[in-house]
Amino acid sequence: MPIDTGDTAWLMLCTALVLFMAPGLAFFYGGMVRSKHVLSMLAQNFAVIAVVSVVWVVVGYTLAFGPDLGGGLLGGLHFAGFANPQDAVPGLHLHVPPIAYATFQMMFAVVTTALLTGAGADRMRFSGFLAFAGLWVLLVYAPLAHWVFSPVGWLAKRGLLDFAGGTVVEINAGASALALVLVLGRRRGWPHDAMAPHSLPLTLLGAGILWFGWFGFNAGSALSAGDLAAQALVSTHLAACGGLLGWVALEWRATRHATTLGAASGAIAGLVAITPAAGYVNSADAIVIGFLAGAAGLYAVRLKFRHGYDDSLDVVGVHGVCGVVGTLAVGLFATHTVNRAGRGLFDGGGLHLLGTQALGVVVAAGYAFVVTAAIAFAVQRTIGLRVADHMELQGLDRAVHAETAYEHGGGFGSSNRSF
Amino acid sequence: MQLITAIIKPFMLDQVRPALEQLGVYGMTVTEVSGFGRQKGHTEIYRGAEYQVSFNPKLRLEMVVDDARVDAVLDALVSSARTGSIGDGKIWTTPVGALVRVRTGERGTDAL
Repeated sequence: MPIDTGDTAWLMLCTALVLFMAPGLAFFYGGMVRSKHVLSMLAQNFAVIAVVSVVWVVVGYTLAFGPDLGGGLLGGLHFAGFANPQDAVPGLHLHVPPIAYATFQMMFAVVTTALLTGAGADRMRFSGFLAFAGLWVLLVYAPLAHWVFSPVGWLAKRGLLDFAGGTVVEINAGASALALVLVLGRRRGWPHDAMAPHSLPLTLLGAGILWFGWFGFNAGSALSAGDLAAQALVSTHLAACGGLLGWVALEWRATRHATTLGAASGAIAGLVAITPAAGYVNSADAIVIGFLAGAAGLYAVRLKFRHGYDDSLDVVGVHGVCGVVGTLAVGLFATHTVNRAGRGLFDGGGLHLLGTQALGVVVAAGYAFVVTAAIAFAVQRTIGLRVADHMELQGLDRAVHAETAYEHGGGFGSSNRSF
Repeated sequence: MQLITAIIKPFMLDQVRPALEQLGVYGMTVTEVSGFGRQKGHTEIYRGAEYQVSFNPKLRLEMVVDDARVDAVLDALVSSARTGSIGDGKIWTTPVGALVRVRTGERGTDAL
């Protein structure tokens, strides 16, 4: 395949955009925790970039995108250590250097793993989480990426459409988050103690960075700088708008207040839902998908109170549930006018695609939940995954990192509630 | 001399300061504090869930004034900090033993 310089430039730019989502997520989450835990959130999100990138180069990438070992279940070791960088990625007909593709995919693994910090916020051990993260990339993320993102994977061959990671990234993160918090246990005091965000300005800054970076995530997944990338880019933006409107409208109806956190959360919900769909649906439907996700997200974040699992920053509600909305929406809204890859129910494609998408949802959620629970349990029993109670009470910033974010405990736009 | 301590609603400070300046109050210290009184706390909404916040943000003003001015200052504080709704705050006085200006070493009312 000849190298296309435009495609290559676009993909490398998108690689940087996707990386930028990790610090974006750090601020999005960092603002939502109390001020005594904010540095732990930033530290986990930054450290995970390094851990996952190294693991990805050593063996993660090749497990996901190496030559299939059989049955579309796992890739072989041909690309271990990023060896054979000139060799084509099995099943893909790229106009970019394979190593640029490998690095683009590296950032997806980074951001997906970083999402889990939000579920275990305020109580995870730094060392335990990093060990967990390395294992999780190898045992959960890489196999799922092989099944779905690699064209030789078994779900891809069954016709599952997942443009940029509704299953591999979002549902995976949501189901893994649920398993993780069930192993970790609730925070001390949850749910009766108020654990309100300490700095919504930081959260909004983070949400803005995520929105910006998501253009790279979705439009970059076109793997070329053409029509498909343009459609994915506009759909991404419109879904974020729809999500924001859906969340805020329904919350206003319920409480008579439109909240800042609601606007940020709605935009993220829309972005999550359009992730699998960005390159398969048209612009108007992207708004609808975003709106549905915003509405679903608002209701989904309450599930943790009803069922008693302490998913601190709503990774299950926002990423898991809205990931399901988006993945199923492909089965409804996918259209040949955007992409010949598949047509959903509303484009006259019948229920076949919807069934395949539902299979993808069940497989991704089930596999991620079971294997993540096993990893979390193993780490909990060996290194330890949860801090001691007195450290949780003092705050992870001082207890774990020997630092504090703010003098006098107030904070960046904080309402002075570190206690 | 008396130390006057006033707990007021944060957004009333812009009215309180000029009212006190007119009376010849030469300085004050303002601290952000939180607490509760009859107002109890308030409710905030995050991601659809209501949180009972048990302490309300207030400002604490502290100023030392000459005994002769205490009543006038109290009156000015009450009239400038009052909204008429619950949570307007409280004011109390404490006798001051000694007062020293750090720069000059002046003592007593000279240091005011």
